[in-house]
Amino acid sequence: MKQEFPGSPLGLDPYTGTWDTAHVVHLLKRTVFGATVQDISYFQGLTMSQAVDQLLQPTPAPVGKPLNNYGADPTGVGSYQTWVGTGLLYQDDTMNTNRLRSLQAWWVGQLLGCGRSIHEKMTLFWHNHFAMDALTTLSIPCELWYNQYLTLRSNALGSFPTLAKAITIDPAMLIFLNGNTNTMTAPNENYGRELQELYTVGLGLTGTTYSQDDVHNAARVLTGHTVDVNFNYSFLAGNHDTTNKNFSAFYGNNIITGYSGAPGAGEVDNLLAMIFSTDESAKFICRKLYGWFVYYDIDDTIETNIITPLATVFRQSGYNITTILSTLLKSQHFFDLVNSGACIIKSPLDLLIGLCREYQLTLPADATGQYNAWSLLSQRSATLQQEIMVIPLVAGWDAYREAPQYHELWINSVTYSERNFYTDLLVGTGDMMNGTTLRIDAVGFASLLSAPQDPNQLIADSLTVLLRPPLSASSITLIKQTILLGGLTTDQYWTNAWLNYIATPTDMTAFTTVDTRLRALYKYLMDLPEYHLS
Amino acid sequence: MRRRDFIRTIAPITFMGGFKISALSRLPFFDVLHGATENDHVLVLVQLVGGNDGLNTLIPLSNYSDYYSARSNIAIPESKVLKLSQDTLNGLHPAMTGLQSLYDNDQLAILQAVGYPDPDGSHFRAMDVWLSGSDEDQYLDTGWTGRFLGQTYTNFPVGYPNADMPDPLAIQIGSVISPVFMANSGTTAMAVPTDADFYNLINGITEPEPDTPMGTELTYLQSVARQTNKYASAIEAAANKVTQQAPYPANNDLASQLKTVARLVAGGLKTKVYMVSFGSFDTHGGQVNPGDVTTGTHANLLQQTSDAITAFMNDLKFLGVDDRVLGMTFSEFGRRIISNGSMGTDHGAAQPVFIFGNSAQTGVLGQNPDLTGSNVESNIPMQYDFRSVYSSILRDWFCVSPDDVSTMLLKDYQYLPFIKNTACNNNYTNLNNLGNSLISNYPNPFTDTTTITFKTNGGHTLVQLFDTAGRLVMLPVDQDYAQAGTYTVSVGTASLAAGVYYARLQNQSAQQVVTLLKMNH
Repeated sequence: MKQEFPGSPLGLDPYTGTWDTAHVVHLLKRTVFGATVQDISYFQGLTMSQAVDQLLQPTPAPVGKPLNNYGADPTGVGSYQTWVGTGLLYQDDTMNTNRLRSLQAWWVGQLLGCGRSIHEKMTLFWHNHFAMDALTTLSIPCELWYNQYLTLRSNALGSFPTLAKAITIDPAMLIFLNGNTNTMTAPNENYGRELQELYTVGLGLTGTTYSQDDVHNAARVLTGHTVDVNFNYSFLAGNHDTTNKNFSAFYGNNIITGYSGAPGAGEVDNLLAMIFSTDESAKFICRKLYGWFVYYDIDDTIETNIITPLATVFRQSGYNITTILSTLLKSQHFFDLVNSGACIIKSPLDLLIGLCREYQLTLPADATGQYNAWSLLSQRSATLQQEIMVIPLVAGWDAYREAPQYHELWINSVTYSERNFYTDLLVGTGDMMNGTTLRIDAVGFASLLSAPQDPNQLIADSLTVLLRPPLSASSITLIKQTILLGGLTTDQYWTNAWLNYIATPTDMTAFTTVDTRLRALYKYLMDLPEYHLS
Repeated sequence: MRRRDFIRTIAPITFMGGFKISALSRLPFFDVLHGATENDHVLVLVQLVGGNDGLNTLIPLSNYSDYYSARSNIAIPESKVLKLSQDTLNGLHPAMTGLQSLYDNDQLAILQAVGYPDPDGSHFRAMDVWLSGSDEDQYLDTGWTGRFLGQTYTNFPVGYPNADMPDPLAIQIGSVISPVFMANSGTTAMAVPTDADFYNLINGITEPEPDTPMGTELTYLQSVARQTNKYASAIEAAANKVTQQAPYPANNDLASQLKTVARLVAGGLKTKVYMVSFGSFDTHGGQVNPGDVTTGTHANLLQQTSDAITAFMNDLKFLGVDDRVLGMTFSEFGRRIISNGSMGTDHGAAQPVFIFGNSAQTGVLGQNPDLTGSNVESNIPMQYDFRSVYSSILRDWFCVSPDDVSTMLLKDYQYLPFIKNTACNNNYTNLNNLGNSLISNYPNPFTDTTTITFKTNGGHTLVQLFDTAGRLVMLPVDQDYAQAGTYTVSVGTASLAAGVYYARLQNQSAQQVVTLLKMNH
């Protein structure tokens, strides 16, 4: 049974309360991957409103392109040269699999570089929203998926209708959901259905939604939109259904007039305009954003106090994504969670990327090492059931759609053990691939904290970054005495050990003494169930 | 010079119940005595955290006046020292009546002056050394018990639990697992809380989380975490099998922990090693009460330790599993010979180790430390390397072959006879034939050079020279001898500062320490 959300009746009213470390950490953990010591300090220097505004600022598109980290490439791409833009004419499954692995690793690199912006997290949101599985459709050139990432990214914080249009005619999507073979004589309803069911309108809360005829008619509107032999988008007017399309009462019995020739391509704009004229479309996206950034449990109170007014803002803004994110993230309701708790179970990517960023793992500077490190994380995320660009269902990862468990689906007895195993490995001997090691620098992390020589402050500061749910005072004392003090009761022993390390950092005994205990401390904290909450 | 006691080795026991062992060796009883996986022996490690003052624990009676003058403000009066049957050279702190009874009951072995070369006086470093089994300047990611278990139960944790080993390899009482259990593949232990927490664990009771979204999700995560504990049901079943235990002292944290151990052992867990810990023994000040030095912080700690172990042994007997269990107490170090002005003692080096259980070979192994010529920095010179204790436990209690023991402990260590040889049917070389004085030097005192004379049974022989702080300053002999016999080595001592040194001989299970005095010109 899910508990009632103890939210403020003020709902979307701007939050005006205190702005302390806990609020900053909450905002950061939800909007970027993890809260680093430096980011916490930086955003505490701003007001809440300034902080949200800054996080909503887009970041520039990546300059670097995915590189060949897989060896022989039949099109002649050299080692650690980019395979993007090397032509789409030659295709084979092995090459596309290799490139997919490269692209997955590269995407992990983008997430790690998210900086102080929501941009990458929102791109991932849209990736889940417009879910795809590149591994089951290896006939689609990997470069098209790279292009789709760029499309998602460049529209991630702008107009949702613009994004929807871009995806509708995205070459990878056209092939993936059979739009490329959707013709007047042989209409294929796949995309016409998912456009409404998964991307815009949704199935609705009360069942009052579009009809099967609407699916069929949307597919007819979309006939003729395809890709050419070079995998570029093209509109073939000859394949387009030029007759009028009559939609159901859900769409106000709207008629989309059929056109022949080039104007037929414009019908899709009318279709999207019709879809976005419904309240349901705005509510559907708002519910999904709410589930991603706030909590999955949307009861009647949340529907009335949050979703409905948020959807109104969304429509009034012309479906501007930044506008509703700003409204939601600055709301009284969003910050109620600081007190009522960390209730989102971290996705595997949130866990892994957040871990790397919070501990500030040093990644190799050279391309080989970088790709090894990114690949390790990508593979581990896949083991934990979240593999970028291999989303098993077109509806997105189950954790974002499958009632009633939602985020809890990330965690079962297998994945929970795997999570503990991996965090133990990273804080222990490290994860390795081809000479690249991914390992937490426990002493380095502690050095970032305000007073690592004071065991109480060290634990308090560590908890601020690593663990949102509060631990009891007795637990903290136990952790201090058992782990940092090895059973002793005098804080000074830790202080001496730390100061001894600072005075003689190259002395192995001095270093090992603090390193061993800090690793044990962080292992312990990451093995707690609380670590998986954000 | 005072006549020193020599090492008391134990004559090999070749008869059991009147029968020669060879006559029994074909019986099934002996066929199972091969390696740790095939016997039901359990080791309980009792960590006395903080550095126990060994000199006020095992009190030297044969050189009591040296003891008294080194620490008159905290010295236990000679008349209050508990006597040990068959040993007039040492006695126990008056609070340890329990351990005294174990000794008199043939259930307690005491090892003198266990330590390692070059200790640095840091609690943390010393704990790391003791738990990992490393040298002072060696840094290991694994613990000695972890290496033993990891190499005995190959591939662990893959394929575990299984029919042969359905239970945790090791159990840490408490919530944080000791590094002693770390193997290359991760920890070999599971943490089991003690006392009330223990009952909550097996009954599945946890604190209710707050009625918030966070509470909901935390409850969910905790329930999955419990499911992932592959051993929860085995532990619950074992605990539930034991409905009655013999009494334990109240308000005694160590007793609570040992009570849990007894319950799990008697409940049928095949777990090989348990770890409990107790402290803090870090008695820099107020170690004794000024009015009555037999009372105070240290007396309370020793009494709780002694009472807890005695109650544990009593309970094991009540539960019918006393033959299966051997225990060992250790601290990260002993304390300084000379007490400080705060009625306490500062960080030291070597310490006595207690081995308890029906298979403990009763006696005090080693010499009383020479306490003459001490200064405030002086430490008790090491007689036994702590890894010799581990080595002998692995060999004589877990029946691990000597080659495997060397692999697990990363080196060969001296073999010490403190476990009855019925446990693994091992035989010892009787070293008594070497005579009383195994090592001496001439001249003494000396200035630029002295000649050390030592006896060896052949094989690897070590002569180490330590200063009074326990630092290894010279290694005059570290080699194999093909022939048993008496040898000499000339030691250049010009570079040594004037003062007291200890020369330590080690050959097989024999060792002896002599005091050397370097003079200025």
